[in-house]
Amino acid sequence: MRSVTSRNTRGRIITGAKAWTLSLLRWALIVGVSYIIVSPLIGIAARSFFSNSDQFNPMVYLIPQTPTLERYRAAIDIMGYADTLPRNLLFVGGLAVIQALVCSMVGYGFARFRFPLKGLLFGCLIVMIVLPSHVIMLPLYMLFQRFDPLGILARMGIAPPNLLASPWPMYIMTLFGAGLRSGLYIYIFTQFFRGLPKEIEEAAEIDGAGAFYTYLRVMLPNAMPSAVTVVIFSVVWQFNDKFYAQLFSISPKIVLSKQISGLQASVSNLYQLRDPSLTTLYLYAGVMLAIVPLLVLYIVLQRRFIEGVERSGIVG
Amino acid sequence: MTASVNRRITGRAPLRKRRLSLSARRSAVGLAFVSPFVVGFIAFYLRGLLLTVEFSLSDLSLRPNGGYDLAFVGLKHYIYAFREHATFKQILTSSIGDMALDVPLILFFSLFMAILLNQRFRGRTLARAIFFLPVLLNAPAIADALELSRAMMLGGTSPASAAVTQAAGSGGVNVSYYVGMLADLGMPRAALDYIVGAVERINGIITSSGVQLVIFLAALQSISPALYEVARIEGATAYESFWKITFPMVSPLIVTNMVYTLVDSFVSSDAINLSFDTIFGASKQYGLGSAFSLVSMAALCGILMISSGVVSRRAFYQN
Repeated sequence: MRSVTSRNTRGRIITGAKAWTLSLLRWALIVGVSYIIVSPLIGIAARSFFSNSDQFNPMVYLIPQTPTLERYRAAIDIMGYADTLPRNLLFVGGLAVIQALVCSMVGYGFARFRFPLKGLLFGCLIVMIVLPSHVIMLPLYMLFQRFDPLGILARMGIAPPNLLASPWPMYIMTLFGAGLRSGLYIYIFTQFFRGLPKEIEEAAEIDGAGAFYTYLRVMLPNAMPSAVTVVIFSVVWQFNDKFYAQLFSISPKIVLSKQISGLQASVSNLYQLRDPSLTTLYLYAGVMLAIVPLLVLYIVLQRRFIEGVERSGIVG
Repeated sequence: MTASVNRRITGRAPLRKRRLSLSARRSAVGLAFVSPFVVGFIAFYLRGLLLTVEFSLSDLSLRPNGGYDLAFVGLKHYIYAFREHATFKQILTSSIGDMALDVPLILFFSLFMAILLNQRFRGRTLARAIFFLPVLLNAPAIADALELSRAMMLGGTSPASAAVTQAAGSGGVNVSYYVGMLADLGMPRAALDYIVGAVERINGIITSSGVQLVIFLAALQSISPALYEVARIEGATAYESFWKITFPMVSPLIVTNMVYTLVDSFVSSDAINLSFDTIFGASKQYGLGSAFSLVSMAALCGILMISSGVVSRRAFYQN
């Protein structure tokens, strides 16, 4: 009797010690990797408050002795932050809403209807997801340089407009389900709608709702987890996108991240600062300003977002 | 005979017609839903791909008022790319090589971290939020600007920047000492180089595995706990239940993640940058740049097909 209990307690101690070691290891790993992820961000954030004397003082590490907001003031000024940010958010947000609407529509079509060539079209979707859009950059560039679909304008005697340097190419492509990573979003919605029970639609149909009405009023509200995921992904990727912004030479007045590239040079010209270790501080402030909107968005929507990915049908 | 034919025609035709029209209407509605994508795919992707092939086979000159002229030159650009161009072959092979090194590491790391984050512990939400941060902050324009400023600091002549650079370089561990020690112990050199390379690139690996991590996490959450319960009752150890339950259940998503990682790492590779610069850079060699991007796309497609074919044969599909 006694020996049994002692063996039990010993066993409990051993399993306890094992669990403790395991959780310690887990903590070490997670904290270590989190450090790798967060440390550059902390470094940039801290240094963006450095004054000149802090930057040259070898004793100062992360916490500035004489913090200054001068870098931010200059960066906001040079980047035209107060104007660029709202424009950029409007651009990105508008595209995200279009993405969610168009891609959910197409995804619904793929998930619930049979039509000729469906297999082929779904194959085209996979091609679109996998094909890097860099392969078609030159034709896209030329298409929007003289935007004249099917030669209609030329036949009517109107000179085709040059849409480059405007946000229009992006809107047009997104509207036709060919925007930035639209293929992936369509796929997400298709998988999600496939997982929904058919009874919901049947009920709507029996009640006399048309197919489009059913989609808009019944299916889309049910697809909210996917829609949230798609909107957030779309906002983030569009905000960070460099390729299309460069290809269509979209104006830096709309694209904040483009302002970053020239920031350091403008600072050194404007303030006659030749020392890169000082102009870098302005760049850090600019980077913080560009990151903050996304960070706020993420902090607000973080929980819904990760849950959304888990339920959105990426997994199938 | 004729009567039966007649009856078949008269008796069934209206019915079939009606059923056909219903399904035809349904398929028309389906096509209407899909139509934006069809138009977009044909107008941008299919047309673009065909034009790129055409451009790569021609010498292209832009007219000043827009529009362009083509002169067919056959395979000239391809031959030039492989026979004469100074860097294309090296850049392509090194891009593919980097991809081959990074993709397994990213997959392994994201699966490992997903399993870790899937367990219950305090601060799990925070850890997940942090692990997804790199996806948010992955802006090439910002990364380029930071890279440039770092390069300016390194190349800077001012004493202050030199001091900063020195201070940044002096910390840390002497890696080569440990590598030498392990090599003396008889570790194979190739494996050592791979591990050291992986550790050096740990930043890149962690920052480019955010999406994969979330996908794996979602897959892990969708595994029914009953499976683990049964395994535990049958006396399986944690190790066994990982290899018999967890791994097979997430294996289809290994394929998905592999494809995603391959495409993602290819899009940001030097081969793509080279074709962009060839087309839109100072030289404006449209035909050559198109040939570059087609060749690298063909390479990517080959890699995708081979690797997803190999991996998906081993993956476990439930139905």
